[in-house]
Amino acid sequence: MAYSELIKNFERIRDYMRAFYVYGFKSRSEYDAKSARSYDNERRRMESWLGGYMSFHQDAAGKRVFLSVDSRRIPHNPLYKALKAKSFTDRDITLHFYILDLLADGSALSSKEIVDHINGDYLSHFRAPFSPDESTVRKKLKEYEALGLLQSEKKGREVFYRRTDQEKPDLNSWADALAYFSEEAPLGVVGSFLLDKLQQQPSDILRFKHHYILHALDSDILYRLLQAVDERRAVELTLKSLRSGPDYRRTVCPLKLYISTQSGRQYLLGYHYRGKRMTFFRLDAIRKVAAGNVEKRYEQYMDRLEKFDQHLWGVSTGPDHNLDHIEMTVRVDPGEAFIRQRLEREKRHGTVETVDDHTCRFTADVYDAAEMLPWLRTFIGRIVDLKCSNPSVADTFREDLNRMNAMYGGDDVAVQ
Amino acid sequence: MLFSEIYGTYFNVVAAILAEAAGGNLTERRMTALVREKAFAESILSIPAALKGESWPLLDHTLTPVIRHKPTMPLTILQKRWLKALLLDPRIALFDPDTTGLENVEPLYKPDTFVLFDQYADGDPYRDPGYIQCFRTVLQALREKRMLRIRFRGQTGARHSVARIPYRLEYSAKDDKFRLLTVGKHRINAVNMGRVQSCELLEEYDPRGVHLPRENTRELVLLLHDERNALERVLLHFSHFEKETIKLDERLFQMKLRYDGEDETELLIRVLSFGPMLEVKAPPDFICLVRDRLAKQNTCSLRNSPGEKSCVDQSDVSPGG
Repeated sequence: MAYSELIKNFERIRDYMRAFYVYGFKSRSEYDAKSARSYDNERRRMESWLGGYMSFHQDAAGKRVFLSVDSRRIPHNPLYKALKAKSFTDRDITLHFYILDLLADGSALSSKEIVDHINGDYLSHFRAPFSPDESTVRKKLKEYEALGLLQSEKKGREVFYRRTDQEKPDLNSWADALAYFSEEAPLGVVGSFLLDKLQQQPSDILRFKHHYILHALDSDILYRLLQAVDERRAVELTLKSLRSGPDYRRTVCPLKLYISTQSGRQYLLGYHYRGKRMTFFRLDAIRKVAAGNVEKRYEQYMDRLEKFDQHLWGVSTGPDHNLDHIEMTVRVDPGEAFIRQRLEREKRHGTVETVDDHTCRFTADVYDAAEMLPWLRTFIGRIVDLKCSNPSVADTFREDLNRMNAMYGGDDVAVQ
Repeated sequence: MLFSEIYGTYFNVVAAILAEAAGGNLTERRMTALVREKAFAESILSIPAALKGESWPLLDHTLTPVIRHKPTMPLTILQKRWLKALLLDPRIALFDPDTTGLENVEPLYKPDTFVLFDQYADGDPYRDPGYIQCFRTVLQALREKRMLRIRFRGQTGARHSVARIPYRLEYSAKDDKFRLLTVGKHRINAVNMGRVQSCELLEEYDPRGVHLPRENTRELVLLLHDERNALERVLLHFSHFEKETIKLDERLFQMKLRYDGEDETELLIRVLSFGPMLEVKAPPDFICLVRDRLAKQNTCSLRNSPGEKSCVDQSDVSPGG
């Protein structure tokens, strides 16, 4: 099949874009592509969509292509472009403009009338590259009705279609809101679709710090999950193994989406029927979402989730859902009130107490205290005590500290 | 369906071309320019040819559209439901958009469907009328290119009143805060919107006379030791920076990233959070910062006590799962 910059299926390019953006150190031969040609095609598409953000590095190992973006400097997520590259047929695009044009004056027409107009008003200008039959047009009308572009009304045996834009918000009044929420709200790509409709230039007055953009590639998965949550339906997830194993399936009741503002990762929290427990699933590992039956015990699972959430630090539930108790005492020197403020704003479900004028203590009971290690390390320089009911946590912290001391100059590291 | 051609770049570009043609202004050169401006790099190979070759019979041979109206498309259900979901977000009050036609639309999701579990707890007060008013004034100043008088409390609590040229609003999801960036003589200044007490619109300024100070961009070179899944965790965590990663050995990588010098302390603790999995190789003054922290830690005499037994009665724990 001839190469096209448009794609029918998003799944393959999703994997490539992720690899180019997150890793970027692989050469052509290191990709697990079906063929070198497949790699070449996907790379070429990305260059066409995102040329300004593609970089190259040539060394003895070969040429490496990667995506590199400082997302703080740009107003819009460039990865949304991939979701605007769906392929279509000549008939799809032609019928799109014909149908919406025929109904643009607010009139309602039957499928037969629409076919007649298409042949008489439009195709008569050409050497008739195609002549759509009524069933093709009816199928397109139904598709557009499902999307919300058209609405139908039955009169006798005939169905009449009209456009749905009688009452709509003034999108220009949304310009700044769209610029903001297309980057910061869940499923922001929908905002990007709306920005494309604006008559005016999109707003350029907003920027975003600590801005993770990779979630764009999981938009379709998120949309399907949100539909299931909204309809309180169980779903069957097809997941890719994160350790190169085969794909596997899980049936869950989807409840909430957990998002990290410090890594950009998105997770589904749902009740896993077979495991009989709350389980997190990374959205970037989900390949497919198939909606199942409406869950009658949805409220029951939500109640369970509320209790479950009280002891989460992040998204790890540990091996057995038992709790680790952790206490970290930190030194606060004069003029360092901001340390206490930091603890307060970053403590999540933990508590902070003032021990004396120079020390504060953070305490928490969480499913997996090992998950807290990265956060604990951000207080290096002032930790005077660290205790955890799971001995390996404090031990790991101390061993890591020793390794860092060795890494940066051994025991000679001195106060400057 | 989210991944659909109706939201696609091709449909949008063809709509723009047909709109131009409806005004009688379309030439081949203009068509090419529109494709270059609005579509993908290689679209120039396909869109004009499909339109001129009648594969998409929308323009006749004189480049006159056969459709009778400028192309428009109603909002889809997905778009309306997403907009309705935004109306449940307190931050929508900052923008005050028109909500006509969304009255009977079901939101796509509710705010409590999402948990931003590591977002800081002291975010901006989006429901505070004073905050909303200041925010809207700032937006207006940015749109209309007007100076602003900003009254705010500094970090120490001291009151400030300054007249500034507003440059941009910057939001951080991690901090859940907006910062107003203004143009200073030698640097871009930032004021947390949460600290602003009042804002007053001043006179217009000429944007051509505004010179942005040079950026204080620096490069950090790190060695990444891939243990405990550090490779993926580190690369995702720092993915929002402009960066380049090179594989040095099976479990050893070099990462270079460019950062704003103003954010050095924040970046320092982010690097520290990965412990010995990340090793700073350059610049030397950043290595010194790491050493300082370690040296201070070594004065804390962190007890080497073995882990203690749980203080929690596990039978009381109801994890819910």
